[in-house]
Amino acid sequence: MKSFFNDLECFSNSIVFSTKSEQITYEHLLKDIQEFSIHVKSRKLAFLLCENSIECVLGYLACLRAGVVPLLIGSSIDEELLLNLIVTYHPNFIWASRNSDLFNEKWKMIHSNRSYQLLERTDQFEHSFHPDLALLLMTSGSTGSPILVRISYKNLIENANSISQSLGISQHDIPITTLPMNYTYGLSIINSHLLHGCQIVLTEESILSKNFWDLINAKRATTFSGVPYTFQMLRRLGFEKMHLPNISKITQAGGKLDLSMVKYFAEACADRGIQFFVMYGQTEATARMSCLPAKDALRKAGSIGVPISNGSFYLLDNVENVISVSDEVGELYYKGPNVSMGYANALSDFSKGDENEGVLATGDLAKMDEDGYYYIVGRKKRFIKVFGNRISLDEVENLCFKNGYYCICIGIDDKLIIYTTQENLLKELKDTVSTKIGIHHSAISVRYISDFPRNDSGKILYSNLQVD
Amino acid sequence: MTNREKYDQVFIDSFSVTKDQLNEGLVYQSVQQWDSIGHMGMVAALEESFDIMLETDDIIDFGSYTKGIEILSKYEVVI
Repeated sequence: MKSFFNDLECFSNSIVFSTKSEQITYEHLLKDIQEFSIHVKSRKLAFLLCENSIECVLGYLACLRAGVVPLLIGSSIDEELLLNLIVTYHPNFIWASRNSDLFNEKWKMIHSNRSYQLLERTDQFEHSFHPDLALLLMTSGSTGSPILVRISYKNLIENANSISQSLGISQHDIPITTLPMNYTYGLSIINSHLLHGCQIVLTEESILSKNFWDLINAKRATTFSGVPYTFQMLRRLGFEKMHLPNISKITQAGGKLDLSMVKYFAEACADRGIQFFVMYGQTEATARMSCLPAKDALRKAGSIGVPISNGSFYLLDNVENVISVSDEVGELYYKGPNVSMGYANALSDFSKGDENEGVLATGDLAKMDEDGYYYIVGRKKRFIKVFGNRISLDEVENLCFKNGYYCICIGIDDKLIIYTTQENLLKELKDTVSTKIGIHHSAISVRYISDFPRNDSGKILYSNLQVD
Repeated sequence: MTNREKYDQVFIDSFSVTKDQLNEGLVYQSVQQWDSIGHMGMVAALEESFDIMLETDDIIDFGSYTKGIEILSKYEVVI
């Protein structure tokens, strides 16, 4: 099976990355990767502080090719959290923008490329990595001590191939980035297009900036992706009237889009000859598990589609029996070669092998229709998705508690509701949570409650709390 | 409330800024809360406050506190 990071040589003269000010070929990329690789050694840990730039993506590819294990981190990470990660995992290298200034005499600059510099720690540290471990991604948002997902080389290669089959990716596709590359869905877009020698337009601009739309037109980008919130913005911008002559494919994942929105985009896209794909995934499955083919976008609106190639779904009822009839709700399980090796909470977890054995309990409740299409109907665990990021409600409660607040959390997608008994701290609590978990304050509602509702045994009765 | 007071209040509420930050230096992504999510919240709040409906180009061009005053004048809202 073709590898998106090891088989770059065959596209030599094609353009691989373009930005507002630069474009480079695959050949040029390989030269830059080569220069980076001289400075690193196999089976070391590198922290990549990610942005959608040529230098950041080349660092990622260089690590995969050289057997260095990268942990992808958003460049806007809370400084305290980053320091915690450094203390916990002892990275040998950090690849980050020169603007990041939190490094001291423990770090030596050994290489640079464009705006990025490679820092090496001055004291040596030996990790023990499992030979299959390729990449570490953060999950469950950024609440205090993030859990890492251990992803293998096989996971990456398999998922890039399956995704590209589902979407019919070819060398003619030109994606433009709309999501961070440290976010599994954003990363999978880069991976699955590198596989075909595509040109990828890299930008940090948001779809609300004029520069973004200028870039889309100037580079003739043909495809972009979004989480539910992206589509809410696009709708408000009047997507049906926007002039997008080159766009031929749009994908949506990162949470469930409202049925009315799915229908709106399915129709608006069909009218203009754009293929609209709804997908479903999790970091624990490297990126994506299913895809609703564009031809079914309207007919099966609301569905997450069918499993990607080499993957399968099944549903288990309350007593863990497989549900064999249609329209009955159970927990959704996924089986496939892209199911990650497991989690890491500590340094010692890096040497662990594959703990999932190809099976993932998604935590989502789903049903299947008589044609074999799956629908998410709820969640088994207490978490919500806020702007595409999974937030565990229990972790938010713990985070608040650690910071001296007494509160309980409920929520729906894109809305976190915090109830506290500390009436005078509402604003402060909101600001703290917004900063610590990195979500916009408008998605957080902090409310006063005199007593938490509990049952006789003292357990919190979350169902007694109001969402609206 | 004057139009200026209403306009200022939208910025204060949307981006958690103080009154002295309301000047030409307040631009898109210059403060943490003025990201794409904050931007859409601001647009919705302005539309409600002034009973207007902003066009696509104006939502995208609305890149600063001062630029917004110019844009709203197109909707016959004088700040």
